[in-house]
Amino acid sequence: MSTLRESFGDCRIIVTCGPGGIGKTTSAAALATAIATNEPLRVLVLTVDPARRLADALGVPGIGNEPVDVKLAGVGTLSVAMLDPRASWDALIRRQAADEETAERILQNVLYQNITRRFVQSHDYIAMERLHELVGRGQWDLIVVDTPPTRNALDFLDAPTRMADFFSSRFLKWIIAPTRSSVTSLAAKPLTYMADKILGNQFLTDITEFFLLLSSLYDGFVERAREVESLLAEESTKFLIVSTPEPIPTREATFFNEELQKRSLRIGGWLVNRMLPASLNLTDTSTGVAILAREEMAQIADALGVDVATATAARDRMVAIAEEYTTVAERERAQLAALAAGETPVFGAFTAEGEIDTLQGVTSFGQRLLSAERVLKFD
Amino acid sequence: MAFTPLGSRKLLFVTGKGGVGKTTVATGLARALADEGKSVLLIALDKRSEVGEAFGLTKLSFEPTKIDEHLSVMVLDTEAALQEYLKINLRLPIVAKLGVLANALDFLANAAPGVRELLTIGKLCYEVREKHYDIIIADAPATGHIVGYLAAPEAINSFVRVGLIRNQTDWMVEILHDPAQTGVVAVTTPEEMPILETKQLLATLAAETKVAVAAAVMNRMPDIVAHGATLSAIDAIIDERPGIFGSESLQGVVIANQLAVARRREAEHQFTALREVVGGTFPIITQPNIAVVPEGSTMAREVANSLREEIA
Repeated sequence: MSTLRESFGDCRIIVTCGPGGIGKTTSAAALATAIATNEPLRVLVLTVDPARRLADALGVPGIGNEPVDVKLAGVGTLSVAMLDPRASWDALIRRQAADEETAERILQNVLYQNITRRFVQSHDYIAMERLHELVGRGQWDLIVVDTPPTRNALDFLDAPTRMADFFSSRFLKWIIAPTRSSVTSLAAKPLTYMADKILGNQFLTDITEFFLLLSSLYDGFVERAREVESLLAEESTKFLIVSTPEPIPTREATFFNEELQKRSLRIGGWLVNRMLPASLNLTDTSTGVAILAREEMAQIADALGVDVATATAARDRMVAIAEEYTTVAERERAQLAALAAGETPVFGAFTAEGEIDTLQGVTSFGQRLLSAERVLKFD
Repeated sequence: MAFTPLGSRKLLFVTGKGGVGKTTVATGLARALADEGKSVLLIALDKRSEVGEAFGLTKLSFEPTKIDEHLSVMVLDTEAALQEYLKINLRLPIVAKLGVLANALDFLANAAPGVRELLTIGKLCYEVREKHYDIIIADAPATGHIVGYLAAPEAINSFVRVGLIRNQTDWMVEILHDPAQTGVVAVTTPEEMPILETKQLLATLAAETKVAVAAAVMNRMPDIVAHGATLSAIDAIIDERPGIFGSESLQGVVIANQLAVARRREAEHQFTALREVVGGTFPIITQPNIAVVPEGSTMAREVANSLREEIA
């Protein structure tokens, strides 16, 4: 195994994960685009970010919850969809509810609307649930999933379990118990007292009704959550950790890496984005600096059509910038080599300014990612 | 400057898209205000926040840790906040020991809509009200989530009609909606996606809350390469126009300077895009890119140094 593509061999699902703001969405889209260009596969990329520039570049201004096709000159096909948590939750409730009336009552419930529209944890679950649904359609050979940009690391992985646990919790049963039967559980008394005092009686009634409605969905929910869980653990599902060379993203990605390993999930690679280009190195920079130092400033000023003071200022500034950038570039490479000491294959990538503005740019970035060579342990 | 100084407020929510350096700005801001002699409590709203690391702490707790005379840091643990709340308001000191209620606490903090958000906001407002500190700085959730927190007291009010919580949310709303006391600090970097998300945040904040924006911080602004004729000369050289250096290539020097020029241009473009949206409603503070932290200093200290003039 030497390139990033080889590392993801015959995956059916690639999950990109990592801290926010490190080009995760772009990397997911670029990988999917390049694979669909090169290989006779039906590829879907599922993003969570409303990346308008990316949507424009892919030529699909309106990316929404339903996959749309990207016009691609390649041997495979590419579809793209963006997670809409609200629409996905509503669709899930409609699918799982026993009848239309139950579905409508849930959808209209003020608590349901608050949970799914406003509160954060629900997005993690629905992202994984949506993946499950799209896999179930059987329309794609490869799905590249971009995960929610969460700082709580792997919340999206735990979400299905948490959801299942929640639905089977004794606590939920306590809440519902008083309404279900005339016998109020003795254990629920202090709870009811506390909830009453804190939240008020009306709220308790609302919440009880809501959970009573939801409990009719219980079996379906738990089953789905378990299925999503096993989907992520399948052999053909691999994770791509994405970070940048900066300290904080690196620390967060290190944590992801450990957590994934702990869960025995398969890690195909760790991509370090936004590296300075490999062409920026000590040898080449000192050659350039030596040339600048050797030249007669008067001649340079002449060729540029400026006075000597301006030419000298330009030269000094250029040397300072070159030295600073080269120092950073060398430090980044040392760091990459250090990361490569672990089990996980490490790959580095450079993104040019404005590169992802066009489909061509996205594709060429993707090609560079696919052919990125695994960083050797003793680089 | 006609703007209310950041440091005169009582509660600041530092937010931004993931990866823009929100925590770095929050720690730098806290450091700078503490250096001014204000007593500052910096609260991480997320257990995984790097606030502790920034001050060399391996672990943060709900109990504030004193960094020095003026600066304390803590992490907001919702379970601890709920227990504190119950202890103060219901006089139920043994609440955590009741097995049955342990489940309930878990549930309330994790699954009940908005309770986590409300407890968080409640604790922040409580600290403002208690006046143990001059200013509370929250290393807040990312842009996509912050509105859920800021709107929580009102959201709860919409479906809790009576009871203790109802009485409790009114005073919180009062603190949150007072621009002299509370403000959002929107951190961004001069790149397309963070700027886009900042614009969305400003729109959502205005539409769904009455919380004021105190400032935007344009973090990691790349240095100016050069001005006027010097910049034109650098442009000519990095274009490798023939006749300047014969056939020789300056290699690394050209690559580095091409990057520096391109980054600064893109950053200026993005800065203008944000300024057009903001108009003159609040200041945009630029924070230079700090590529290397000098030996013996820290990132928080460096950010504090460059923020100092902007916040007084």
